[in-house]
Amino acid sequence: MNLNLEHNITRLLWISLILLGVLLTAFILGLSIGPTQSGLRSALSALFSTRESDPVLYSIVWRIRLPRVLLATIVGATLSLGGLVFQALLRNPLAEPFILGVSGGSAIGAIIGILLGLSRFPGICFTSFLGSLGTLALILIMSTGKTILRKDALLLSGVMVNAFCSAIIMFLISITQDARLHNIIFWLMGDLSASDLPQVVILGAILIPCFAIVFVFSHAMNLLMMGKDMALTMGINIKAVTLVLLVVTSFMVSATVSFSGLVGFVGLVIPHLLRLVLGPDHRLLVPASLFGGGAYLVLCDLLARTLPQQGEMPAGVITALIGAPLFIILLKKSRK
Amino acid sequence: MKPALSVENLNYAYGSQFVLRDLSFSVSQGEMFIVIGPNGAGKTTLIKLMIGIAKIQSGQIEILQSPLEDYSQKRLAQVSAYVPQGLPVGFPFTVEETVLLGRAPHQKVLGLAAQNDLEIAQQAMTFTEVSHLARRKLDQLSGGEQQRVLIARALCQQPQVILLDEPTASLDLSHQIRIMDLMEKLKIEKGVTVVMVSHDVNLAAMYGDQLLLLKAGEIVRMGPPHAVLNFETLEETYNCKLLVDNSPLGNLPRVTLVPRKFLKS
Repeated sequence: MNLNLEHNITRLLWISLILLGVLLTAFILGLSIGPTQSGLRSALSALFSTRESDPVLYSIVWRIRLPRVLLATIVGATLSLGGLVFQALLRNPLAEPFILGVSGGSAIGAIIGILLGLSRFPGICFTSFLGSLGTLALILIMSTGKTILRKDALLLSGVMVNAFCSAIIMFLISITQDARLHNIIFWLMGDLSASDLPQVVILGAILIPCFAIVFVFSHAMNLLMMGKDMALTMGINIKAVTLVLLVVTSFMVSATVSFSGLVGFVGLVIPHLLRLVLGPDHRLLVPASLFGGGAYLVLCDLLARTLPQQGEMPAGVITALIGAPLFIILLKKSRK
Repeated sequence: MKPALSVENLNYAYGSQFVLRDLSFSVSQGEMFIVIGPNGAGKTTLIKLMIGIAKIQSGQIEILQSPLEDYSQKRLAQVSAYVPQGLPVGFPFTVEETVLLGRAPHQKVLGLAAQNDLEIAQQAMTFTEVSHLARRKLDQLSGGEQQRVLIARALCQQPQVILLDEPTASLDLSHQIRIMDLMEKLKIEKGVTVVMVSHDVNLAAMYGDQLLLLKAGEIVRMGPPHAVLNFETLEETYNCKLLVDNSPLGNLPRVTLVPRKFLKS
């Protein structure tokens, strides 16, 4: 059998290394490409040099591009991992924070936070977390027990939760009249531009322990693939595992939503592709989703920054353009 | 013989609806114990209570002479294993990966497989004759093959008691006999106690050491096949016309259903 310990660990390391390479490449591309033509080498040298040598490029790289690329990495990694966890818990390849409405709930919380004039951290982060927990509870109540495993029930709950969230968001927007309006709308579409480095670093620091917790539960997610009854009789405390994973995931997603707004479908595309290549072992998929998701969103954001002739569009536009068709393909495939 | 499982004054209800009413019985170590009965008799509920999936409402269940509630979930998974009705719906692992999942109760949290785990998985696959399928994905196999893989996974837990919920349902004849022969081999060669729910009274007659006939949550009769599978008991329990005679294989009861068109003659 080719499943021994060393083989598994070697495989895990190799896959992580390869995907980390992809992420680094995306990262460097993200740093060096932008409306101000700079080229690869000068952008990188600006990153490692002092302010004096080229103050303009130094500012662009350190103040604008680095926070943005870093945020894209963190958001992509989180959303992709969030999708993976929801898919494992619900045993449904279509589950994803955005589709389930968890992102929508976070958005309501975040907008309320913005309107209350709270600071992004911890204020908006917290209201956003409450919002995501609220929608999560709503989804679980609407599709209790076995029915949540059925694709239709799950999707319908998601559609309804999203419709409800949109209505509340529209209501909140319609009662907002000052300059905050433009901010809210742009942010809603999944915007990574308004980020500042210390805050992004704080976000990363909060999320890394969450990633670690999810990794600890990765084999429990493997056992869950056998269905609840078998997982239970193989020694898994289903209630505890589900609760921890749901709360941790909602927290991760809402923390990133409060920074980036609604970036959809990342958690659908990346776990799906990785599962096709690597198989369903979550001990591989968890780290792979982190690196892969990070790289994916950095590249999507790069497209969003460079495609329009003037100005730029939110990264959420690109992820939805890629993700929504894939979702339809997956849905059609799963009906067969 | 000490009991592997014992059930005392077990009651279970969904709301005000009783599913099981005051059951008491015990299963000896190393025997094949088959629960039969009409639909809605409470067979699946009983087996789910015995393996700790459903929570006991009143009464007591002991596994290997210790009450079920004294076991941690992991410890329980080290002495007992369960093969449910139906097949898993999650993303499909390969056969060897699926079988190896059964080592989880003996492993640390990340389930990294040591040489010992691989050997046990290999033996379990040989025992259930699925070694040649090792690299195939679970969802590419036939129902009977998948069932054998799930049994190999259960054997990886190295249980002293294995519980199965209708393992032969929806299998063709050759797979039915193969699964039942496998369970008998498990009982004889490894001394594992096998508890099974079955719809097939003839398979139960051929393989069971003890049969438990349930109806509407109550014990109708319990004992060796001859004591349980008699004409009056079955006709009353299942509420249909049937014949019971001796099997051509030897001194075993054989149950034949009688369709309406044969009743007049």
